Amino acid sequence: MAHHPNLSPEEAHKANVRNIWKVTAILAGITFFEFTLAFMIAPGMARNAIFIILTIVKAFYIVAEFMHLRSEAKSLIYAIIFPLAFVVWFIIALLSEGSFIIDYK
Amino acid sequence: MSTVAVPKKRSIWDGGESPLKVSYGKLMMWFFLLSDAFTFSALLITYGMIRYMHPTFVGRPAEFTFSIEYWPIPERVYEALPFITGHYPLIFVGIMTFILILSSVTMVLAVEAGHRMDQRDVEKWMLWTIVGGIAFLGCQAWEWNHFIHGEGAGTKMVDGSLFTGANLFQNQYGPPAFADLFFFITGFHGFHVFSGVVINIIIFYQVVMGIMAKRGHYEMVEKVGLYWHFVDLVWVFVFTFFYLI
Repeated sequence: MAHHPNLSPEEAHKANVRNIWKVTAILAGITFFEFTLAFMIAPGMARNAIFIILTIVKAFYIVAEFMHLRSEAKSLIYAIIFPLAFVVWFIIALLSEGSFIIDYK
Repeated sequence: MSTVAVPKKRSIWDGGESPLKVSYGKLMMWFFLLSDAFTFSALLITYGMIRYMHPTFVGRPAEFTFSIEYWPIPERVYEALPFITGHYPLIFVGIMTFILILSSVTMVLAVEAGHRMDQRDVEKWMLWTIVGGIAFLGCQAWEWNHFIHGEGAGTKMVDGSLFTGANLFQNQYGPPAFADLFFFITGFHGFHVFSGVVINIIIFYQVVMGIMAKRGHYEMVEKVGLYWHFVDLVWVFVFTFFYLI
């Protein structure tokens, strides 16, 4: 694969598989951490912000490593990341502004 | 007038090669996933708006009771496990998340095996992915069933009657919009999982039949893998916005 030009196919394969399980462990760890947070911190702005940030971190790992976007051409990476960044901004904006209607109805 | 052919400097956009260095099929899959991401974002943004248009419950989770006056606390709605009585908040949805992430991992391993042209390994990992997908669908079906049937005596509705369970018009957990959004968002996602499982089965069949080996590359497995990872990615977001926030 593109990542390992200096290794034999055997070693490159082992390195790839190890990397896949490493990313899996990271995702599982973050999910477990989110779970403990759900029960240990009281609901509120701070907890929600942490959840959203951790979710974006997980999304980054899935898109970059599992979908191999990291190894694609730069322009393709940007073509995917920029629209999604706007969308995430939109979600957060409406989460925080949604209460406007209830406050001013 | 004599004409001298001056070689024009070729840019990558002059045709004959892929400017983004991927095949047509893969690029179209990426663009489709982007458009599908917009669809799910629309659903999640709608959820964000509608959810915060309703009052939030103030108080400790232990004091919470279902009411149509305020939005329910997720850990009190999703606390059932199959075959076991008792209250296990968010455990089942945690198991579902774990199953889907694992099936995504087996899919990556299948793609990695495809890069090595290892048909046996591709078959093995794709089969696990399909099993994971079907397991997730089974869990989601159980969740819907339990959600629709509800538990206990029920909650008081606008007209004063007690209602147990959920449908698109009223539910025992909170405002009607709560159940509506649950069904729509998890339903759309579940449908994508279902179509992903079907597509995975078709490609698995093609791998087993040796079509990929004959073709010389397993890129179809990669493209289908992209769709499957997208499904997992959407679940990560749905899980956060629906069950945690």
